[in-house]
Amino acid sequence: MKKNLKIFTFFLLVFCTIQGFAKTITVCSSCAVKTIQEGIKQAGEGDTVLVKKGIYKEVNIIIDKSIILLGENLPIIDGEDKGEIIKITADNVTVDGFKIINVGTSYTSDYAAVRVIKRNGFLIQNLELEKLFFGIYLEKSNDGKVLNNKIRGDAVNEYNSGNGIQLWYCKGVEVRGNTVENVRDGIYLEFSDNIKISHNLSRNNLRYGLHFMFSNHDTYEYNTFENNGAGVAVMFSKFIEMNNNIFKENWGTAAFGLLLKEINDAKITNNVFKENTIGINIEGSNRIDYKNNDFISNGWAIKVRGACYTNNFENNNFLYNSFDISYNSNLNDNKFDHNFWSNYTGYDLDKNGIGDVPYRPVKLFSYIVNRTPETIILLRSLFIDIIDFSEKVSPVFTPDNLVDENPKMKTINHDRS
Amino acid sequence: MLKILKYSFYDLMRSRWSYVYFLFYLLLGIVLLFLNNDLSKAVITLMNVIIILVPLIGTIFGVMYYYNSREFTELLLAQPVKRSSIFLGQYFGVATSLAMSLVIGLGMPFVFYGIFNSNAIWDFSLLLVTGAFLTFIFTALAFVIALRNENKIKGFGYAILLWLFMAVIYDGIFLMSLLYFEDYPLDKFSLVATMLNPVDLSRVLILLKLDISALLGYTGAVFQKFFGTNFGLVLSSALLALWVLVPTFFIWRIAKRKDF
Repeated sequence: MKKNLKIFTFFLLVFCTIQGFAKTITVCSSCAVKTIQEGIKQAGEGDTVLVKKGIYKEVNIIIDKSIILLGENLPIIDGEDKGEIIKITADNVTVDGFKIINVGTSYTSDYAAVRVIKRNGFLIQNLELEKLFFGIYLEKSNDGKVLNNKIRGDAVNEYNSGNGIQLWYCKGVEVRGNTVENVRDGIYLEFSDNIKISHNLSRNNLRYGLHFMFSNHDTYEYNTFENNGAGVAVMFSKFIEMNNNIFKENWGTAAFGLLLKEINDAKITNNVFKENTIGINIEGSNRIDYKNNDFISNGWAIKVRGACYTNNFENNNFLYNSFDISYNSNLNDNKFDHNFWSNYTGYDLDKNGIGDVPYRPVKLFSYIVNRTPETIILLRSLFIDIIDFSEKVSPVFTPDNLVDENPKMKTINHDRS
Repeated sequence: MLKILKYSFYDLMRSRWSYVYFLFYLLLGIVLLFLNNDLSKAVITLMNVIIILVPLIGTIFGVMYYYNSREFTELLLAQPVKRSSIFLGQYFGVATSLAMSLVIGLGMPFVFYGIFNSNAIWDFSLLLVTGAFLTFIFTALAFVIALRNENKIKGFGYAILLWLFMAVIYDGIFLMSLLYFEDYPLDKFSLVATMLNPVDLSRVLILLKLDISALLGYTGAVFQKFFGTNFGLVLSSALLALWVLVPTFFIWRIAKRKDF
């Protein structure tokens, strides 16, 4: 009889599992299941592990089944600086609604609050990460989503701090609505293609707000990058689209809004660059379209370092920058057309909204400052105005074909809301 | 001395030129603030006015006043009044009335614009203080030149040359030397060279409040570190004060020995 009962129970259990309606396992300090790890162990494929409010001191939580790990009222997972906290090693895992704190710092391995390893279809959302080393680390994982997370680090030095969201060899991931503050790189992409980054806020980071390396066909739009150590860096990448972003207040000795290095065939449209030391720093970048951008009150709106060919600057507003464009050679293969320049002093006799005199955006003084940076102290001196004027009349040092033939007379209204 | 200061001051206050000067600044301030929809551009124009026009007017006005009031001065010299107090009194009378025209003329439109309610008040007062300093400096230099030269034409010539040197030529030489010695570390040199010319010094002081992002480039950081701190501000003010005191001392010394 006893044996029969055992067999019956066994079959009942098997039956339930096969039946497969996703069950929910509740984890809380007064429940039967007290730790998240235990909850995951008991769960089957497709189940939900619901974690109630409380503090869970756990590290190395490995999710190796397709489950939904759901936090209710933001339970806290405290890693006590011991190492990695959540590791996802299964497809289609959702992690939602946790506050994860105290990720261990290491000089030999990159501990992360949440790590996904070689898996597809993950969804990581509504997390709050604090006191972290690396935040969300995606490793060779595709077609997932990272949404609405808040990452707030306390990075002081570059060498012992990690990145907020890191993608390494990933494809087709969407990163949307995240806030990343005070880490090394806000969002970092390496060898990652077809990534969509939108509506994020990345600020006060030690190094870059967003950093691309060897990543192609990516899009980032409607993001705000504010007061980062050196703005946004896009390096060694192709076919990147940068639209409707705001780059502002990236101030400092080596800061810029956007750094382009070895970038080809990109599109930069509808962005706002405001109060950066250098708006865009371009080096070795070809075939890029700059359209409908606003450059407002930057030190240098655009600094061209060399080896930049067939770039197109159209319909941009250059407002009150100390220098609009700076070149370090007198060769030019880039096109400037139909921009508005607040320093333009020409006239428009036929009233068609386009100035009758071409505008030369490169001043002699910006050329001099490039050569001898200390001369910046003479900025806005009367003597400098005089030599700028004489250079404008007959260019010797600056590229003489670098002109905007059709400068606009009025600020171009880009209608941003 | 105070009595003579009072007389020259009232004399100037009644003169047409003070009113013209005052009205010019008033008009400039009003036009810049109320007919221009962009404040940052207005402040930059204002800075250009202060570092170029204020020294020029100070110099010309100082020389002109000295030559024009020569007969009155000779009359005064016949009285039992100390020589130094006659000339210093005249100098302070001219400089104070010019500085007042500047401060009130520019200040009034800004007060109506609501400067007290904005946090730009410190930048603006710095603008006015440097303007006043420049007036005192260049009027004093003008008096020194006028005292040294009996010939009016020569005096005017030297005065214009002085202004041209300070406002334009000095920067040209400065730039040339920077370019010529570009292989050497130049930040200390450029700091010192800036401090030595009151026009440059005022320009950099104001610029650091305005175009801060350009100056914060990697070399700008050196200047920002120096002029942006309290120490730099105190040192700059001290240097500007020195630029007032030294020519004033010369006025006093020349006036004591001069034959009439």
